Amino acid sequence: MGEMEQLRKEAESLKDQITAARKAVQDSTLQEAAAGITVVGRIQMKTRKTLRGHLAKIYAMHWSTDSKLCVSASQDGKLIVWDSVTTNKVNAIPLKSSWVMTCAYAPSGNLVACGGLDNMCSIYNLKGKDGNVKVMRELAAHTGYLSCCRFISDTEIITSSGDCTCILWDIETGTQKTVFAGHQGDCMSLAVAPDFKCFISGACDFTAKLWDIREGTCRQTFGGHESDVNAIGFFPNGNAVITGSDDATLKLFDLRADQELITYQDSSIMCGVTSLAPSLSGRLLLAGYDDFNVNIWDMLKAERVGKYMWKLYIPLENGRKVDPAEDSEGSCRVAAGTEH
Amino acid sequence: MPMMGVSKPLTCIAFKMSPYFWPSNCWEPENTDYAIYLCKRTMQNKARLELADYEAENLARLQRAFARKWEFIFMQAEAQVKIDRKKDKAERKILDSQERAFWDVHRPVPGCVNTTEMDIRKCRREKNPHRVKKSVYGVPDDGQSQPSPVHISSQPSRKPTKEDVKKEITFLNIQLDRHCMKVSKVADSLMTYTEQFMEYDPFVSGVEPSNPWISDDTTFWDMEASRDPSQQRVKKWGFSLDEALKDPAGRDQFLKFLESEFSSENLRFWLAVQDLKRRPLQEVSTRAQEIWQEFLAEGAPSSINLDSHSYELTSQNLKDPGRYSFEDAQEHIFKLMKSDSYARFLRSNIYQDLLLARKKQPADTEQGRRTSLEKFTRSVGKSLTGKRLTGLMQSS
Repeated sequence: MGEMEQLRKEAESLKDQITAARKAVQDSTLQEAAAGITVVGRIQMKTRKTLRGHLAKIYAMHWSTDSKLCVSASQDGKLIVWDSVTTNKVNAIPLKSSWVMTCAYAPSGNLVACGGLDNMCSIYNLKGKDGNVKVMRELAAHTGYLSCCRFISDTEIITSSGDCTCILWDIETGTQKTVFAGHQGDCMSLAVAPDFKCFISGACDFTAKLWDIREGTCRQTFGGHESDVNAIGFFPNGNAVITGSDDATLKLFDLRADQELITYQDSSIMCGVTSLAPSLSGRLLLAGYDDFNVNIWDMLKAERVGKYMWKLYIPLENGRKVDPAEDSEGSCRVAAGTEH
Repeated sequence: MPMMGVSKPLTCIAFKMSPYFWPSNCWEPENTDYAIYLCKRTMQNKARLELADYEAENLARLQRAFARKWEFIFMQAEAQVKIDRKKDKAERKILDSQERAFWDVHRPVPGCVNTTEMDIRKCRREKNPHRVKKSVYGVPDDGQSQPSPVHISSQPSRKPTKEDVKKEITFLNIQLDRHCMKVSKVADSLMTYTEQFMEYDPFVSGVEPSNPWISDDTTFWDMEASRDPSQQRVKKWGFSLDEALKDPAGRDQFLKFLESEFSSENLRFWLAVQDLKRRPLQEVSTRAQEIWQEFLAEGAPSSINLDSHSYELTSQNLKDPGRYSFEDAQEHIFKLMKSDSYARFLRSNIYQDLLLARKKQPADTEQGRRTSLEKFTRSVGKSLTGKRLTGLMQSS
């Protein structure tokens, strides 16, 4: 037996052992455990605000930590910072490249970032001395499109790219600190853990990976999806990961049990998931789909408890904010942000 | 676009791209099909086939765009009208409405969602990309489609090498060594978390005084941001040390409690390290040294208790100080606080008073205290020397 053959066998055997170890702790399922808790009841959502101003498809948006401001990126070549309470535009930033795919708001509120087909992540300072918003840094190193970016602080940002890697940057020096390589397909999105020690990435290799930011290593890999993982997020306590995929399902993976706990699917849903956001308590999961609908799931019981159909205004009672932004072509992107 | 009778070279002429030509519309050969279809409709003298406003606009644009081959398009349209006339009425009606439906989807009314638009990130990975779809009327692709703006990934898929497999084996071994927690246990912990936080989740519970998104009243957010916390906020601090430290008011109160116990060095260290992580690079080195001097150096004024391993590691890190030089030490101190002073904090008067919103007694207020002290000094009399009085004040 050649060395390569031996190595392959060893790897396969280890994989089997890992699968067995995971099975060994399956003394229950989340659904079983949650069977006894009270149902959440139907959640009805109503459009509270509509932010108008973009002239083309809006590809991404991100909330500021104050729950009021948010930034959106559109293929009309603009980054707009909105006061979503008044619906006024705080800043309208023209971009060098109109092929933008992602944007992010720094936790401090001082910076925003965006990137796309230019393969770069551009950082803008909102609190410049003369009041003008200028490019602060252009982080270039990726060899593929920028699919997502998230700030850790005003000095560090993580990006994910179509070149299958994620990079941790030092914003001040504009240099790469760590390259997180391992995915076998385009990285589509990323999310930073609540304690800022790890982050997760979802990719077109159908997996999600958990990375240690300081060590630069991949700690865990979660498979199970049958198509690209487009959206990813942490459960609010940081112990579980939620993924959304083109296979029309979302999955919840627990970090400590190292496996999938539950799948959120329905035979009537046949289109891919494009975005997701858990509610503050983690009880609800809002998921945006390719058919421009938002489904609300009870995360513990895996039941659908609500639906928001874009373009259909159903009169409703209490609501959380869903931010649909409309453009003049009629296309829109519904992005749900969490109210915390 | 053809310019009539203009002698200036094209480069000098600035023109504004109309939205129709925006790349986001993914210009394709199919537009010639659409042109034929609209043209055809104008040729048939039927009320139900009259063009809607947006369709008339589209036709005008297409005529400008395809000016050079309009004759060809016109001929195609004519040919189709001839063919259609030969079909019987019923069949024609069905085909007409099918064709209508097709174009309603592919060239929707403005304001409608275009459900056939593909995510450009996925475009280039398709075997038959969107832009080379075959024409429905057999119009050949004359290759005038714009070049794709999507960059090709430079990651060729290659066969895994021995190194790759060895790396994989190392990774798998680490996975195997990790202890998997029981599903029942993790399920429990998730359920407990959601239960605890349900009352803070605006989706599930009411918000006091009102949900700003519904009432347009931002009082709730103002309250959350203030340094004067509500009972509900204070209750959250009791869920975990993380929650207490997340809230600036929580940090304040915890610090206040520790200061009263003269054991605030751990928290002050933790806070200093958090601050270090956010400092600009030029300040990091100095600040890191300051933190070392204050908390860890021999004879440090606010000496913290680290185990020897962590101490050694931190000392090493400080040789080349960075934002994360104290990461290991910070984790240790956090665990220490969690298991020790945090629990005492939750039992303390400082915390309990806030939690139960006990009304402040007059003696507890600043004014009250001064008054009592005045009374005390007066009653004790001038026989006390200044030194002893100071000593008494320090211990209160």
